[in-house]
Amino acid sequence: MTPTLSIHNLTVDIPTRHGTLRPVQDVSYDIAQGEILGVVGESGAGKSMAGNAVIGLLNPPAHIASGEIHLNGTRIDHLQGDDMRRLRGKHIGMVFQDPLTSLNPLLKIGDQLTETMLAHLDISQSDARKRAIAALEEVGIPGAAQRVDSYPHQFSGGMRQRVVIALALCAEPSLIIADEPTTALDVSVQAQIIALLKRLCRDRGTAVMLITHDMGVIAEAADRVAVMYAGQLAELGPVRDVLTVPLHPYTDGLMGSTPLASRGKARLHQIPGAMPRLDTLPDGCAFHPRCPRAQADCTRNPGPTLADAQGRAACFHPLLREDVA
Amino acid sequence: MALVSVSHLTRIFDVSKPWLNRVIERQPKALLTAVSDVSFNIEEQTVYALVGESGSGKSTIGKMLVGLLEPSTGSVDIRGVDLARETDAQKIDDVRADIQMIFQDPFASLNPRWRVRDIIAEPVAARGGHTKGLSERLLEQVGLAARDAGKFPHEFSGGQRQRICIARALASEPKLIVCDEPTSALDVSVQAQVLNLMSDLKDEFGLTYLFISHDLTVVQHMADKIGVLYLGRLVEEADPDTLFETPKHPYTQMLLAAAPQLDGFGREVIPPTGEIPDPINPPPGCAYNPRCPLAADICRTKRPELRQIGTSRVACHMVDATD
Amino acid sequence: MVDTPLSDSAAKDPSRLRLALQSDFIYQFKRSPVAVVSFAITLLLVLSAIFAPLIAPYDPFDPGSLNLMNGFSAPMTPNAFTGDSFWLGTDDQGRDVFSTILYGMRISLFVGAAAVAFAMVLGITLGLLAGYVGGWTETIIMRIADVQLTFPSILVAMLIFGVAKGVTPVEYRDQMAIWVLIIAIGLSDWVQFARVVRGATLVEKNKEYVAAAKLIGRTGPAIMLRHILPNVLSPVLVIATISLALAIIAEATLSFLGVGAPPTQPSLGTLIRIGQGFLFSGEWWILLFPALTLLTLALSVNLLGDWLRDALNPRLR
Repeated sequence: MTPTLSIHNLTVDIPTRHGTLRPVQDVSYDIAQGEILGVVGESGAGKSMAGNAVIGLLNPPAHIASGEIHLNGTRIDHLQGDDMRRLRGKHIGMVFQDPLTSLNPLLKIGDQLTETMLAHLDISQSDARKRAIAALEEVGIPGAAQRVDSYPHQFSGGMRQRVVIALALCAEPSLIIADEPTTALDVSVQAQIIALLKRLCRDRGTAVMLITHDMGVIAEAADRVAVMYAGQLAELGPVRDVLTVPLHPYTDGLMGSTPLASRGKARLHQIPGAMPRLDTLPDGCAFHPRCPRAQADCTRNPGPTLADAQGRAACFHPLLREDVA
Repeated sequence: MALVSVSHLTRIFDVSKPWLNRVIERQPKALLTAVSDVSFNIEEQTVYALVGESGSGKSTIGKMLVGLLEPSTGSVDIRGVDLARETDAQKIDDVRADIQMIFQDPFASLNPRWRVRDIIAEPVAARGGHTKGLSERLLEQVGLAARDAGKFPHEFSGGQRQRICIARALASEPKLIVCDEPTSALDVSVQAQVLNLMSDLKDEFGLTYLFISHDLTVVQHMADKIGVLYLGRLVEEADPDTLFETPKHPYTQMLLAAAPQLDGFGREVIPPTGEIPDPINPPPGCAYNPRCPLAADICRTKRPELRQIGTSRVACHMVDATD
Repeated sequence: MVDTPLSDSAAKDPSRLRLALQSDFIYQFKRSPVAVVSFAITLLLVLSAIFAPLIAPYDPFDPGSLNLMNGFSAPMTPNAFTGDSFWLGTDDQGRDVFSTILYGMRISLFVGAAAVAFAMVLGITLGLLAGYVGGWTETIIMRIADVQLTFPSILVAMLIFGVAKGVTPVEYRDQMAIWVLIIAIGLSDWVQFARVVRGATLVEKNKEYVAAAKLIGRTGPAIMLRHILPNVLSPVLVIATISLALAIIAEATLSFLGVGAPPTQPSLGTLIRIGQGFLFSGEWWILLFPALTLLTLALSVNLLGDWLRDALNPRLR
């Protein structure tokens, strides 16, 4: 079956006066129907940039330099202007970190929902309104029939994010890109939103790209996880495998530096140094200057690809695990 | 004796509209109780953590501790000196010099127009102290290079900036450092570096921390004692092991269940219901009663006091019944 | 890991000037032809005003060097009586127009710059106070500013000028005129500085570096001057540049209306006022050249200010 989203060797370039930066380099992954792919990485790893490339929201001068993006088998990376806009509303829904930026503060949320539906679905005004109320009910907004005529500022942060999710879903897209959807929310509200995303994904078969820095959220929500480092895929695989038996030393370090109940007050594992800036990427594997397993050949170009470690980790010297087949 | 003793601390903010609007719209004054009757002690050379969601008043308590805000009622005693009521200016000054703060946003907490050297040395320079070589020494202590002293803040990453903030906090050789979400703006691997550094410095200089955070895992890692805040009230206080193994207050239980877990693959959480109530009109009785599965009539009328239960202190009417 | 000895690290800090020269700001400047050209013209005009005594072929205020016979010489044409030739012609008293423009520009620029400096000091001080202290201080300062804004600035300047004229003795009046001009224009101009500085201060004072300074025990004035002021200066720089152009025009307007610089110390505005009397009798150069100079000066300073605003505030682009 064709995956809902297929990214193939995607590279994004930003030309600057100091030279060309490459925030996304040769990244490939698929998201199947009804699957949640977690994209995890630290700030500057290129995780949001890849999402923006898919929806055509790269800020110039950033642009797709090479690679292909397919949505339901149709190539979309070269679409421009109106075509891209239609695609974005109809087939791809977006949920951002700050719900306020995704909602027009001057329009009632019902109007925003019906407007989106009328633009992309062939339905009447009154049908659209019914659907808008149904959509708000589905995302768990109490008293949806009354609340449909409220303005965004009349909702709390968590409720607003639900409205954004309703807005993202109302045109029945096949893919949702959720960029740090719960980062601005409290723990209890975060749990509500994650549960909602999982339920919608399961019920409707929507594919979800869940971009976050929070390993805990990934563990609970994602089916598979893509770990990004300095614009490249470091590791890609089923979430349980990647998080419990990481093959890439970076993933391993990341897991080790997360405080965990079972480890108590022992010193946290520390990855030395910091992620390299895009204008000073090292040769070969971008992680080798910080890597405890680095050897002389780690600097060789081209750098490692996923094929170098069982198709899962871009590493020349992955952590060897017998229990991973 | 405890280094810090907070008793019946309350802070009320006037969040009313301007006087004229209020008269025209016939609205009463809007008073927001950010912190309500909070009492706890911090023992010397320990880490006391305050956890809570947004609006729980944890940052407001921190600001009152360092003297950036005045308490409305109640008191903060540091080494026996009540900052709000002490009249001896010298005593206040001495106590002030013993308290420092590390802020959440490493980009806003350093003056962008100052060199790192001047930023770090300011707490000492402000008191007319000797600052030669001080910044360089402190920079090395927090894992940066002495030559970084001549740079400006924008030349550093978020984690490095937070190290600079720590260096500044150490400059006046304080006893107590209030850390307000010191790592919540940082990436996981950088957070680990900063947390380790803070632990090391604590041991090296015999520091006491008040650690304010919303992140339960970080708090569990750092704290010797944890206070859980809800809507400006202290609802539970316990050491980390007790709190995480046998949380007693229903809110704490909910919080722990809702927090994402690294090994919670495919875990189906029953999401908590409801949201944090409006702090201007908090529910009567126990602030948590509208969301609480155990709520009884008494919870809607009478505010529970903190009671000693085992090694914990819990503010819940029903907690004995659940034991 | 660290090999730099402590003692010499201070010596190697790059200076603020060198940092500024490497910045994006200079890079953007070099890439903007409008900015470069208007900066070059402004610099040329300012320098020629400063060095007027060295550049000007004649001293228009030395009666001994004047020859009434040279009056009304057309530009680049030998005078009918004396045979002298002047680049830009002469006025009715035989003064070289080029020289009077150079000297006039001196007065115009001096009055403009001094008025802006006065407005800046006043506006920044009141703006900082209003923003940082808040409460009644803020209310009073900002209400005064609001009232000030309801009067056209020319009217305010004329009022102050009129009052000053009434209280100064006749013999000092010409000497006082320049200073009264500066105060009058400055007073009508401080409001925008105060507003911008107050707005920026409100943002800065809630940042955590200010909280850090407070808990160290820094006092209000120290925080305002050492912490907040350096961080609110970039918008001030933009306003100052645009205000300079406006102040020069305001000065010219007042002088044109006869309430500004006296004929003994003519500014560009005074020259234009004198020149307009001869426009219809055919001596167009007496009006045209001072007017063109004023136009060029005001325009280039203004363009520079516009560019500065865009460069310092990337959100506008």
